[in-house]
Amino acid sequence: MNDSHRFITLERIIKNGFIGFGRNIWIAIAAVAMMAITLTILLFAVVANATFRHTIEDITSHIDVSVFLKDSVTDKQRQNVIGQLKRVDNIKSVQYISKNEALKIYEQQNANNKDLLSAISEINNPLPAKIVIKPIDPNRLDTIKSFLDKPSIKALQSDPTSYSGDRKAAIDKITNATHFFEQAGIIGIVIFILISTLIIFNTIRMAIFNRRDELVIMRLLGASTSYIRGPFIVETMLYGAVAAALSLIVCGALFAVASSTLQASSLGLLDIGYSGHYFRQRFWIILTTQIAIGILIGAASSAVATRRYLKLNR
Amino acid sequence: MILLDRVSKTYNRRGPALDRVSLHVEPKEFVLIVGQSGAGKSTLFKLLTREEKPTSGKIIVGGIDYDQLKDKDVPLLRRKIGVVFQDFKLLLNKTVAENVAFALEIAGISNQEIKHTVPKVLDVVGLKGKDKNYPLELSGGERQRVAIARAIVRQPKILIADEPTGNLDPKHAWDVIAVLEKINRYGTTVLLTTHNQEIVNKLRRRVVTIKDGKIVSDRAIGQYKDV
Repeated sequence: MNDSHRFITLERIIKNGFIGFGRNIWIAIAAVAMMAITLTILLFAVVANATFRHTIEDITSHIDVSVFLKDSVTDKQRQNVIGQLKRVDNIKSVQYISKNEALKIYEQQNANNKDLLSAISEINNPLPAKIVIKPIDPNRLDTIKSFLDKPSIKALQSDPTSYSGDRKAAIDKITNATHFFEQAGIIGIVIFILISTLIIFNTIRMAIFNRRDELVIMRLLGASTSYIRGPFIVETMLYGAVAAALSLIVCGALFAVASSTLQASSLGLLDIGYSGHYFRQRFWIILTTQIAIGILIGAASSAVATRRYLKLNR
Repeated sequence: MILLDRVSKTYNRRGPALDRVSLHVEPKEFVLIVGQSGAGKSTLFKLLTREEKPTSGKIIVGGIDYDQLKDKDVPLLRRKIGVVFQDFKLLLNKTVAENVAFALEIAGISNQEIKHTVPKVLDVVGLKGKDKNYPLELSGGERQRVAIARAIVRQPKILIADEPTGNLDPKHAWDVIAVLEKINRYGTTVLLTTHNQEIVNKLRRRVVTIKDGKIVSDRAIGQYKDV
């Protein structure tokens, strides 16, 4: 068979796949629906995961450790502490905020409250200078804590260290939830991929059964294996593409609703609005991936079904 | 053109369906394979189209040694042999022209060539003007002629017909035989299995008689013997 014959054959395989899809559409509805559900769950799992991660990142980026220094601490002592801190494990950044800078921040934060502003001034500044430490991993503050608890360092501090403890509890909760959803998501996806594969498998089996006369004739007239199998595989790839499109329409609508209604009633610290943002920002990647996965599931299951039910070697 | 050397085929249930059958068919010959139902004619047909593999023995058709033939090359073999079945095996949802074109589509022939070839072949089998009809709108004889058109459209060197007149009344049976003789005159080797006594006796062609899986007679101008 030369190249032009091969091209014509490929063209006919694709054309026959489309014809089969049209003929078989009513039997195929269950397969398409199940695949759409699978893809939707997959997409939700990915978006939920991204949202959880985003929330954790958002919160952790605001977590810091503030070390308040006594007014008596000299520049040398301070630089010494900062120098030592930079060598401690799990430190992302160390920033010094002087008494004057602390006052400016205070003034900015309380610009609308004249009473509070009048209570302090540069001359009468009760705010201590501080060292703000950002940890790399906010779940592992032990090394920082033990450093700060050394008597020589503790002696320089005017107030107890602030660890943003309330936020840590929230991070732990979200991290746990993320792990749970990740695992539940993976199990759910595996189960649904399996179910949709089986349904496609059965759909193709029925299609083969319905067209058995034609297939026998094709075989006896010398149709190649790929010429007989190809259209079934093309057909199920179409199921996958249609399912991906359906899934995206459903998800797109849901995320649009989620963005507008759930943003107001944010679930605790979880940034639901981000899910819609994530979906829109990566729409084309999601679209391509959904279609690719749909096509892959379709092609794989019909490849197995045709191998199993088309007796082609006789 | 066709060579069978001590070919046997045993299905597990009973004795051999074919028992050490040797047969040599020259190019352009017209050979009738006759015998009662169950004599082994259909098994022979299935061995030639490679629907079945022999239990032992050698088969060479058109230079292709079936022992050397890989499964993936079976379609190529079938494209070189024209086959006609007793039950026509036409696609009922396709028109006459589409049924014939089907054999060319499978072989990767271009649409342009298909459009050019199909009407000519329908003309050869006497179905000019019936191209847009569906098989169920045709008589049995016409349907079989569609099947013959489909078998010869790829211009095979060999045409194998398994009881092509088995489902037809005498008049239509003779129409079909006339078409097969015409194709043979054009140079195609024809192997025809039948148990129609009248056809065998009137054709005056080479007759190979099979009984209980064995060739019991092979005559250049044979007669149907009720064996």
